[in-house]
Amino acid sequence: MAHDSLYTAPPSGAVAGRERGRLAGLRGALGSWDAAIVAGLAVVVLLASVSVPNFATGRNAQFLLLDLVPLALLALPMTLIVITGEIDLSVASMVGLGSTLMGQMWLSSGLSLELICVLVVLSGALLGAVNGVFVTGFGLPSLAVTIGTLALYRGLSFVVLGDQAVADFPADWTDAVVQPIPGTSIPVMVVPVLLLALVFGVVLHATPVGRALYAMGNNGEAATFAGVSVARTKFWLFVASGAVCGLVGVFWTLRYASARGDNATGLELTVVTAVLLGGVSIFGGRGGLLGVVAGVLLLGVLRNALQLADVDANALTIVTGTLLIASVVLPHAVADVRARLHRRRQRAQLTAS
Amino acid sequence: MSLTDTGVTERIANTSPPDAGRPRRRLTERLLAVRELSLLLALGALILVTMLHNDRFLSSQSIKDLLLGCAILVILAVGQTLVIITRNVDLSVGSILGLVAFATGELFLAAPGTPWPAALLLGVALGAVCGAVNGGLIAVAKVPALVITLGTLYAFRGIDYYWAAGQQINAADMPRSFLRLGNQTLLGVPVLFLVALVVVAAAGFYLHSYRSGRELYAIGSEPAAARLSGVPVGRRVFAVFVASGALAGLAGVLYAARFGTLDAAAGTGLELQVVAAAVVGGVAIFGGSGSVFGAALGAVLLTTIGSSLAVLRIDPFWQQAVVGALILAAIGLDRLLAARMAARLRGRSARGA
Repeated sequence: MAHDSLYTAPPSGAVAGRERGRLAGLRGALGSWDAAIVAGLAVVVLLASVSVPNFATGRNAQFLLLDLVPLALLALPMTLIVITGEIDLSVASMVGLGSTLMGQMWLSSGLSLELICVLVVLSGALLGAVNGVFVTGFGLPSLAVTIGTLALYRGLSFVVLGDQAVADFPADWTDAVVQPIPGTSIPVMVVPVLLLALVFGVVLHATPVGRALYAMGNNGEAATFAGVSVARTKFWLFVASGAVCGLVGVFWTLRYASARGDNATGLELTVVTAVLLGGVSIFGGRGGLLGVVAGVLLLGVLRNALQLADVDANALTIVTGTLLIASVVLPHAVADVRARLHRRRQRAQLTAS
Repeated sequence: MSLTDTGVTERIANTSPPDAGRPRRRLTERLLAVRELSLLLALGALILVTMLHNDRFLSSQSIKDLLLGCAILVILAVGQTLVIITRNVDLSVGSILGLVAFATGELFLAAPGTPWPAALLLGVALGAVCGAVNGGLIAVAKVPALVITLGTLYAFRGIDYYWAAGQQINAADMPRSFLRLGNQTLLGVPVLFLVALVVVAAAGFYLHSYRSGRELYAIGSEPAAARLSGVPVGRRVFAVFVASGALAGLAGVLYAARFGTLDAAAGTGLELQVVAAAVVGGVAIFGGSGSVFGAALGAVLLTTIGSSLAVLRIDPFWQQAVVGALILAAIGLDRLLAARMAARLRGRSARGA
């Protein structure tokens, strides 16, 4: 992506290759980072349910999952975009603009709410298409473009509704999105999230398009020569990202029964954090959806548990930041140490023989 | 999208002189290629239009407000420019500013007699320490600055919240002499703005005339080539992050002096505004090109837009949207000029000139 590797990966390629050969059976199945993050998630859940009162209750699980729905949804297209080596920082602003569009339409157009929801998702796709045109059509860096549209869309969302809030959505709609599945404490909204995750997962891991995404992330030029239409694929990824943002805008509005210009402000950085925590390389070309889903859950569970343990909500950002840094520093440190050990062993063998 | 391509062509665009005298180059295009000039033109046009609407816009009081308003953003933009030129980015400046501003307030609470120069030095030192954390992590982990500074954005802000624990510091808690620093004028120019001018001049001179300053451009153009030609890339990048942190620390102290009332949220979201100022100012997001003068003008332009919208009676909600559109226009213009320049250079080398 953006900041091209100023510090290239440590010179352990050959070593890693041999290592992989030895442990292929174990590691090929899961991918070491995916496994680590899932294990970390399990440990955190276990620890929290033992030590934090009220954590392992159905009611808490319901709120935890409900709070994670926007993050999980936004992380899906973001994963694919980052894998191609691009980034979309405008997601939270698109959610905000979708939310205010919904509010304004409900306030003044007299359309039915079903139609409004569809229109909001479509306008989200349109906003994403604008990103896509700038990035693929004009060949501009996505980091700069989406910082621009981050400001533009957030500004427009204030233009649409000013500083007022629309809150008079019908109660049966606002209740419906927070309902649990009958007989359980799992919110209904988890179902569409899982379905979408399945769709994105299949596209990424089981189709030629998905393989092409990795190819362009690793080397866009080579992918072009291999017959992948890089620009068109990236364009549609940005469109998909916009459409999902529109969907999240609808959900956000109904969940909090309020359409405001500042909805979801700052969420883009959390989404990027979750994706990187899930093991996706910011350079593109590496990562998987399972890791990202686990990353989203880990982020959510940790924050929820600490909040229940009476840690100030704002101070919790220390956890987010530290997790992100640890998730990128640790693998490098481990690879470094391993490479050094291997070299030492080789030297020892040489002197022995 | 080919990233290296962008960097190269943009660099060509800004190092124009060799064929500057050629008659075939149209005047407008030549003027546009000097970003500082086109920014000044835009700024002039904006001020003119606003003044025609309301001639009090250029009263000494409103100019003073304008200069006061942009001083902090200018200082941050200078630090950001140093970082971006080396093909990195520092997203943590807003959090460093907030942390240092709060620390300054705490310092005066704990030791009311502290002379303000001591507070200033301590603030800059704290900022430099934060910058050293960024630079050190980037050097150790060998991952892009975007990821690390995204992490420290959260971490520093979290420390700030943890420390503040909901407490607020008021102007009454700070010595008069310190607060005067934030509002005093020298020959009608706010001291704050003079500080910013000194910072811009010093950084501009350093980048232009010092060997290590030129090396920053070399690093940003092509890190691998810079390393091969003997530039101590790691050390320079570390130093750049320390400098960016120190400038953010300086901005934090000035923020405290200017506003007096402080809580842990000071400077939230400032990082994107700073990056926007640099990008509008013609600093290429992929490094190797741009100047601190351009970035400073970008910061002034962004601030001026805010106040002229108010004078022009345009809904203030449009401000952010205009800023976003401006970013897109700036990078689009860069791209266009770079493409034309590249075409011309190709044509000339084909003719064997």
